[in-house]
Amino acid sequence: MPAHVPNAGLSRRDLLKRTGGLAALAAFTAACGGNTGRPSSGGGGGGEKVNLSQWYHQYGETGTQQAAQRYAKAYTDANVAVQWTPGDYDAKLASGLLSSKGPDVFEGHFNIAMVKSNQVVPLDDIMADVKDDFQPGDLATNTLDGKIYGIRMIIDPQVIYYRKSLLDKAGIKPPETVDDLISAAKELTTNKVKGIFVGNDGGNVMGGPALYSSGGEFLTKDNKPGFTDARAAQAFGKLHELYASKSILLGAPTDWWDPTAINQGLVAMQFIGMWAVPGMQKALGDDIGVIPFPKLDAQAQPAVYSGGWTQFVSAKSPNIDAAKKFVKWLWIDKSEYQEDWSLNYGFHIPPRKSLAAKASKLQSGVAADTVKLTQDHGYTDNPAWTPKMGTAFGDMLTNVIKKGADPAAEIAKAEKTVNAELSRLFG
Amino acid sequence: MSAPTKTPSAADSVTTGERRRPRRRRQKGIAGNTLWFWVFVGPFVLGLLIFSYLPIIWSLVLSFFEAYNTATPSKFVGLRNYIDMLTDHNFLSSLGTFTIFAVFIVPLTFVLSLVLALLVNQVKIARAFFRSVFFLPTACSYVVASLIWRLSIFNGVRFGLANTVLGWFGIDNIAWLSTVSPPWYWLPLVTVRLWLQLGFYMILFIAGLQRISPTLYEAAYVDGAKPGWQVFRYITLPQLRATSVAVLILNLIAAYQAFDEFYNLIGNVNYARPPLVYLYGISLGSIQDLGHGSAGALILAVIIMIVTLLQSRIFGFGKAGD
Repeated sequence: MPAHVPNAGLSRRDLLKRTGGLAALAAFTAACGGNTGRPSSGGGGGGEKVNLSQWYHQYGETGTQQAAQRYAKAYTDANVAVQWTPGDYDAKLASGLLSSKGPDVFEGHFNIAMVKSNQVVPLDDIMADVKDDFQPGDLATNTLDGKIYGIRMIIDPQVIYYRKSLLDKAGIKPPETVDDLISAAKELTTNKVKGIFVGNDGGNVMGGPALYSSGGEFLTKDNKPGFTDARAAQAFGKLHELYASKSILLGAPTDWWDPTAINQGLVAMQFIGMWAVPGMQKALGDDIGVIPFPKLDAQAQPAVYSGGWTQFVSAKSPNIDAAKKFVKWLWIDKSEYQEDWSLNYGFHIPPRKSLAAKASKLQSGVAADTVKLTQDHGYTDNPAWTPKMGTAFGDMLTNVIKKGADPAAEIAKAEKTVNAELSRLFG
Repeated sequence: MSAPTKTPSAADSVTTGERRRPRRRRQKGIAGNTLWFWVFVGPFVLGLLIFSYLPIIWSLVLSFFEAYNTATPSKFVGLRNYIDMLTDHNFLSSLGTFTIFAVFIVPLTFVLSLVLALLVNQVKIARAFFRSVFFLPTACSYVVASLIWRLSIFNGVRFGLANTVLGWFGIDNIAWLSTVSPPWYWLPLVTVRLWLQLGFYMILFIAGLQRISPTLYEAAYVDGAKPGWQVFRYITLPQLRATSVAVLILNLIAAYQAFDEFYNLIGNVNYARPPLVYLYGISLGSIQDLGHGSAGALILAVIIMIVTLLQSRIFGFGKAGD
């Protein structure tokens, strides 16, 4: 109120109006407060159970959300609220981890920046007894400076599935080299069916496998860029050749991780993860075969990216001990839940050797073939490879694959970003 | 914000010797006005402070720090983030992308919304109906419209609407959003925005048209001006100057802020990434590089400010008499 308006004092009505306005304002600002996903504390409910919030991305397979909620409900030592996140999970998680209002327990992918920014806590104490039951690659991808920061929940090999009948009809053998793959894609393309689906962006998802199948890697053992030699350039050039052959499906309503394209007969082959096998079997029966990303030439080996999801405990959680206890219960002790999660919705390889050995659903047909390919040719992420490096690598691929830019020049640009990032992280 | 400026003049009239009773009533009215002014405006001012000014100040602070995965950084780096952004070819190319987009969208929106306004203004029957029909898309969200464009109209497979139509003429499927040569992705990007915003600018133009005095047209008629182009060129267009300038400025700022349709139609790809999508990617996505992101956002804000000031200098927007 301006100073020159005489103050006549507050009438009862004015007082009501003012306080009413303030209350409305308070309600408005309170409503803007963050929903952390934790159950609201019951208060005075007897036993002092802590509240934990557990974040997941949205899995595509039906039943997964209910399963996650069922596990959380079965845990008796804390109230666990599951937050299921459709859309851009990485972005939401990244901002959630900035404060204590984020998750206590979450799934994600490990990289060194998470440790440098103090976002996750080491889990060596709860992993100690079962360490030997995990695959070495899955331990290494979650380990930094000798400390284990995450527990692998599922292993998701990414390979190429194909329609056996369509290859037989065209008289083509499953491709063994990248050149075979390009010519097979061309031959399988008709006016109704495209040869292969590798994502609507034209095949960036195959950048890693192409690199590894040329003998390269993202980062070498001593953390130097490992994607800069002439063979890597040749491998990226091949991805452009595939894109330019007009035999890949583009602009599909769903992307590479969803089997709709191959199920609907839009393509003869699709680059996708093993999670989609139940969905493909339902639509196509036994008409599916699998190959790894083929080798660049006789000097090299095929490559299978062994991705997956990993469970972490947030370093900003107010209840770190309770969170660790819950994670140990769910992802180490409760083997029936781990089995359920890996095998009853999509197909994933259980990270525990003891569980993988008795996973009967993965012991026959195309799933068994995929498991074998992963054992022979699988590679996992290097934790020193940060999202910023990944973005530079992705930009390089887009320029090479879609715009047909010179691979060597584009590699040099990405190398510059990766080196700057390495020197920031390792000095 | 008219209430505070109104208050002194009203208060002055109170002191000019009015009788007692009206004076009291007037005073109560003033106090009530001020109160209601703050009740209505307060929440928005508060929102503006909390959600706009505070973040702007905070991003200014962040832009001088190395701030990975934190909003409370400790490592001061001076102007390094600004230097990095101004030499970052991705950021520069995102400004290029925006420029191409603006070159398409600003003149197209301007001309088409003006044409629509002229047509709708001439319609003698069901004028309100036509006005509403063209204005309706403005109420649709960019995200929803982008999804319709991506999934049903411009999807790349044979059952997409655009490809079905092409199919009738025996033309092959086009992957609208994934083809870079020729850059077909501009077609969905530009059309979705045109569909969404034409109606809004049309309404602005209609308001402008209705402000033009009919006597001018009568005078022109008497002077022998031919109806049609001549009248439009020498009477309608000059009379619409204030509206036109407003439309141009709003349009250009809206183009700078392009995010939704790019993000939802083609995602974060480096060949068609406007500045906001790029900045979102580095600062709010999984990279969480808030230092560089803030520096980029402030550079962008300065550019928008300079362009807007230049534009208003050239066109004289906001001068008295407009």
